[in-house]
Amino acid sequence: MPMFSHEARLKRQAVFDLLFRSLTRVSAFGVLALLVAIIVSLVVGSMPAIHAFGFGFLTSSDWDPVKDKFGALIPIIGTLATSGIALLIAIPVSFGIALFLTELSPRILRRPLGIAIELLAGIPSIIYGMWGLFVFAPLFADHVEPWLNKHIGAISYIGPFFSGPPMGIGILTAGIILAIMVIPFIASVMRDVFDVVPAMLKESAYAVGATTWEVMWNVVLPYTKVGVAGGIMLGLGRALGETMAVTFVIGNAHELSKSLLMPGNSISSALANEFTEAVGDLYTSSLIELGLILFFITFVVLSIARFMLYQLGLREGQVT
Amino acid sequence: MNRKLRQLIIGITAATAVAYAGASQATNITGAGATFPYPVYAKWAEAYKAQTGVEMNYQSIGSGGGIKQIQAKTVDFGATDAPLNPSELALGGLTQFPTVVGGVVPVVNIENVAPGQLKLDGKVLVDIYMGKITKWNDPRIVADNAGMALPDEAITVVHRADGSGTTFIFTTYLSQVSLDWKRSVGGDKAVSWPVGTGGKGNEGVASYVQRIKNSIGYVEYAYALQNKMTYVQMKNRDGQFVKPVADNFKAAAANAHWDAGKGFYEILTNEPGKDSWPITGATFILVYKSPEKAENAKEVLKFFDWAYTNGDKMASDLDYVPLPANVVKMIRDAWKAQVKDASGTPLMK
Repeated sequence: MPMFSHEARLKRQAVFDLLFRSLTRVSAFGVLALLVAIIVSLVVGSMPAIHAFGFGFLTSSDWDPVKDKFGALIPIIGTLATSGIALLIAIPVSFGIALFLTELSPRILRRPLGIAIELLAGIPSIIYGMWGLFVFAPLFADHVEPWLNKHIGAISYIGPFFSGPPMGIGILTAGIILAIMVIPFIASVMRDVFDVVPAMLKESAYAVGATTWEVMWNVVLPYTKVGVAGGIMLGLGRALGETMAVTFVIGNAHELSKSLLMPGNSISSALANEFTEAVGDLYTSSLIELGLILFFITFVVLSIARFMLYQLGLREGQVT
Repeated sequence: MNRKLRQLIIGITAATAVAYAGASQATNITGAGATFPYPVYAKWAEAYKAQTGVEMNYQSIGSGGGIKQIQAKTVDFGATDAPLNPSELALGGLTQFPTVVGGVVPVVNIENVAPGQLKLDGKVLVDIYMGKITKWNDPRIVADNAGMALPDEAITVVHRADGSGTTFIFTTYLSQVSLDWKRSVGGDKAVSWPVGTGGKGNEGVASYVQRIKNSIGYVEYAYALQNKMTYVQMKNRDGQFVKPVADNFKAAAANAHWDAGKGFYEILTNEPGKDSWPITGATFILVYKSPEKAENAKEVLKFFDWAYTNGDKMASDLDYVPLPANVVKMIRDAWKAQVKDASGTPLMK
């Protein structure tokens, strides 16, 4: 008898197991199906615009809802420029934060500082946007932009990028706000990968008389460069898709200007601003095509990031 | 397993649909659209509910959104600041009627300039928005403002970033006073702006103008009033400088030639009359001529019928201009003639 009940329980557990496995599988494949469905609906939705404008959509700076002429050049440039500025600022700062936390910080400060950085990542983006518009932009307009105009605006070649009326909102402001938003992401990934560097390597370097900087530059960074790049890519992915904070401070103008102080537009903020009010098939379809382009850019960036992190995973624990 | 799962999903969907249908079976009505009349619609809805128990839910998602939602039949009525023209109405089987009149007001942020102090000509306004006049002390601005100390500073132009009925009224006016603007930009809910920075919504434009020194923007009158912004005087078609006040919106609206046959399609910008505010516009409601849900459509008409009778004071308190009695009579006649149920009987008698 006990044998029998034992078998019954085994059988029941097998059924349970099967059910559980199927459930998890359905959830996992559901995500994949969702992804495919989104891509398909984006492609279908953007078909009218693709037919009407073809490849020229990517290179045209028109955005004229009255005459139904649309081009993605300005939003694409805006998205890439703001993200580029964000990385230019965020990478060195994040590097400094990670270096300090792993190598220089007194042990007692490490945890509170680390937690503070992670908390920074948890702030909703609209808060950054509002802070950017109401606090940062006026300060930037009153104190930084006039200085940029006066001192850098006069230099040939790079001058034109920094001249224009000091409004406080524009591509540069958006880039700086984005930098603040992605620093926690990049810094925490960098800190984590710096931590996996075997102590033996660093100590050997210190032992032969290397300075902290030399150890970072010649030992830690080469050992972790793939992971660092992966972290940067994750930050870039966030910067590319960020909507609300950018919408607040970028100026939302479909204008092509050399100056970084002038308002521009990004793909995500154009979508956020115009989608609900877009009347007419071509207008809506052009906005959907913008979404498709952003999807493509983000997809490529995140794939590269994943690939790099994967490579790091392969090397983890190996002694070189 | 897969089949079971599918059955489960279908079951849940069906249950949700039933619950949803049950919820909407009460005679509550829903509408969506223009943000500009939202305050007065909300006020009316509140008072109407207190009197009749019927709830009116209005989502202020913007004029374009309102048109889309009524076309998709997800709401009982749509609301828009930019009227559909008669052929668009015919194509969609829709009818249209105005509710209230209001004004769009240029606002500026210049040091030492008080509200109502700066005077602008329509053509000057066009050239500021074209980027042709770039400084506040431009001779053409100074010409209308003798004795005022206008700064030698660059003008920052602010416009709407999102599509908007406010933009429609504003750019329609600019198109009327300037052939150049009409040809190169045009009048619509969203246009290709020659210069400037875009703010999202009336509140976005208002906050940009308040933050950016030496800027100019345009907002609905209520926003200018609530935010205590520096509005300007505009030169109207009769060559008079007028202030944006309810009486002047009323003067402009008095010139309207409402025509039920054209779906009350009427643009109120640049109207004649010495008191007429030149950037005036009406806001409109869209309903189906033979609605699928006749019961809901009837409730919509009953709601606005009530509002025309009881809502004038509420509208005036919020700085909108109610429609004159003869126009309201025309609208009620149009309902009888145009909005019918499946059997062809008018919904309103």
